[in-house]
Amino acid sequence: MPTQELSYRDALRMALVEEIDRDQNVFVMGEDIGRYQGTFRVTEGLFQKYNVEQNDWRIIDTPIVEPGFTGIAIGAAMTGLRPVVEMMTMSFSILALDQIINHAAKIHYMTGGQSTVPMVIRGPGGAAKQLSAQHSHSLEGWYAHCPGLKVVAPATPQDAYSMFKQAVRDDNPVIFTENPGLYTIKGEVTTGPDVLQPFGKAQVLREGKDLSLVAYSRMVHVCLEVADRLAEEGISAEVVDVRSLLPLDTETIYQSVRKTNRAIVVYEDWKSGGFGAEIASRISEDCFDDLDAPVGRVGGLNVPMPYSRVLELECIPNADDVMAAVRKLG
Amino acid sequence: MVLIRRFEDKCNIAYRQGLVGGYMHVYIGMEATAVGWNAALKPGWDYVITAYRDHAQPLIMGSDPVKVMAEIMGRSGGYSFGKGGSMHIYDIENCFFGGWGIVGGHTPLGAGLAFAAKYRKEDRVTICYLGDGASNAGVFFESLNMAALWDLPVIFIIENNEFAMGTRLEYHAADTQLYKRGEPFGIKSERLDGMDVLQVKADAERIVNWVRENQKPYLVEVMNYRFAGHGAADNDRQLYRTKEEEDENTKRDPIARLEKYLTENNLMTAEKMEAINVEIEERVEAIYEEAVNSPHPEPHEVYAHVYSDMEPEKGH
Repeated sequence: MPTQELSYRDALRMALVEEIDRDQNVFVMGEDIGRYQGTFRVTEGLFQKYNVEQNDWRIIDTPIVEPGFTGIAIGAAMTGLRPVVEMMTMSFSILALDQIINHAAKIHYMTGGQSTVPMVIRGPGGAAKQLSAQHSHSLEGWYAHCPGLKVVAPATPQDAYSMFKQAVRDDNPVIFTENPGLYTIKGEVTTGPDVLQPFGKAQVLREGKDLSLVAYSRMVHVCLEVADRLAEEGISAEVVDVRSLLPLDTETIYQSVRKTNRAIVVYEDWKSGGFGAEIASRISEDCFDDLDAPVGRVGGLNVPMPYSRVLELECIPNADDVMAAVRKLG
Repeated sequence: MVLIRRFEDKCNIAYRQGLVGGYMHVYIGMEATAVGWNAALKPGWDYVITAYRDHAQPLIMGSDPVKVMAEIMGRSGGYSFGKGGSMHIYDIENCFFGGWGIVGGHTPLGAGLAFAAKYRKEDRVTICYLGDGASNAGVFFESLNMAALWDLPVIFIIENNEFAMGTRLEYHAADTQLYKRGEPFGIKSERLDGMDVLQVKADAERIVNWVRENQKPYLVEVMNYRFAGHGAADNDRQLYRTKEEEDENTKRDPIARLEKYLTENNLMTAEKMEAINVEIEERVEAIYEEAVNSPHPEPHEVYAHVYSDMEPEKGH
């Protein structure tokens, strides 16, 4: 299968184009995604390619009304269409929570399996650069709290590609969150019509024996940096990329912890009640006898995201914060 | 109409017997609206979606009434195996899309059904019912805008039964002429009667045909009256309306009105009407018996249908 170097953003776009081409039921809707080509340029060129050159209504610019267009996508999905809904930022999906939680997540259950909602809601989630308090939320933990949704947070261009294709083909509503800090990272990507990454499979991105660093999305890269720094001190850290929050692959996480006997969970969301707390709780509950130290947690500061770059950087966990947590483990 | 009336009467009895839990909202007094509009649709082709007062539509769209009543009783023989209940009846095969409990929340879904028809270049029409209470919801206005923007073949029917739960129209709507909700978006909008079933059917045929032909949305305010309380648990109707008002409106009863029409025009004898009533009463009794004998779901079924392709994590 062909392999090429792609940015996370280009990998996403390539997957999106392949799925639109593969299945006439797939269409994209969202704010400024068409003529404006998307605020983060994931849909760059697609309006021209489909709507203009092929005269095919596949890329649909919407008014700025998240509840309304999310609801329209849900209704369309109930008839078997496969909408990909872009949230300009995941923070705006808060407006559509009623549609996502009260409607999309409940439809298969409330209909007794008569209907499915094959829909993807994707967009940038987490802090970008000085977007301040209303545009910087990490909401994946809110969504992963809700049965009926699937929630994924890929960290690499390969997973952006293969998990996105998987998401489009899934018959259930999928929340697909992309940390804005990831769009420009590059990596080797194996492509092909059926290069899919099934959900519910964590991956070990770096093997180690002394300590497990467990993370998802951009925090995986912070953990990889920490592992490099620890290696210089002769400490061997394993990095586990959770990548799928719901369903969650606890087994891969536990296997790592059983090997290293120490774990730190790292997440950008507010530390208190964030999804990292769920992972830490499970490790404590199920691997208690394997642990040589309490499970560590590094999360975002429990404050609204400030505008000042100095204060913003204070909020987002970095390698120094994780190193401090490693020292604390002893 | 008589089937709906007797079915809903029986649901009220079942509720009082403790066979129905939670919230239950009956359609008594409003029958002419659903029956008249449904008569204008292509069965098994056009889509219908409504809120939580949702027993009537499936009964007249070809659904199995036993499965409807079993669902209302939370039994495994129901359309959703007892997981939906009174407010969440669905029969997707017959194009009935529910059955929704958040006021106004289903209106974009109605637009979405019409969107799908347009996307696939099918000539399906969607009817999206909502109440006068839902006509104030922001998401409804968003839906109207997009329905007009994209020329979606959807008919929004505001069933104005004069009350948003226990709050009278003039206390919840700045403009009580609800049909005007469509006008700012350039949507053809009308206020129509909802109690004379023959007139409703004639209006419905005219509008459904127009929407199918012109592929544009339409908004209708249908004037009817909720004879019953908001829900089965609403025992304080005198807090928002008088007995005299209820009695006055009972004179508008769509069933009595049709009976009077049939009699005056010598279209049906009193005996024949009585025979129909008896037959339907017996039928509803049989529906009730079959539904009440449907078993409760097994505890393990709680995990089914959370996802289409996997089970959720189990245990407390």
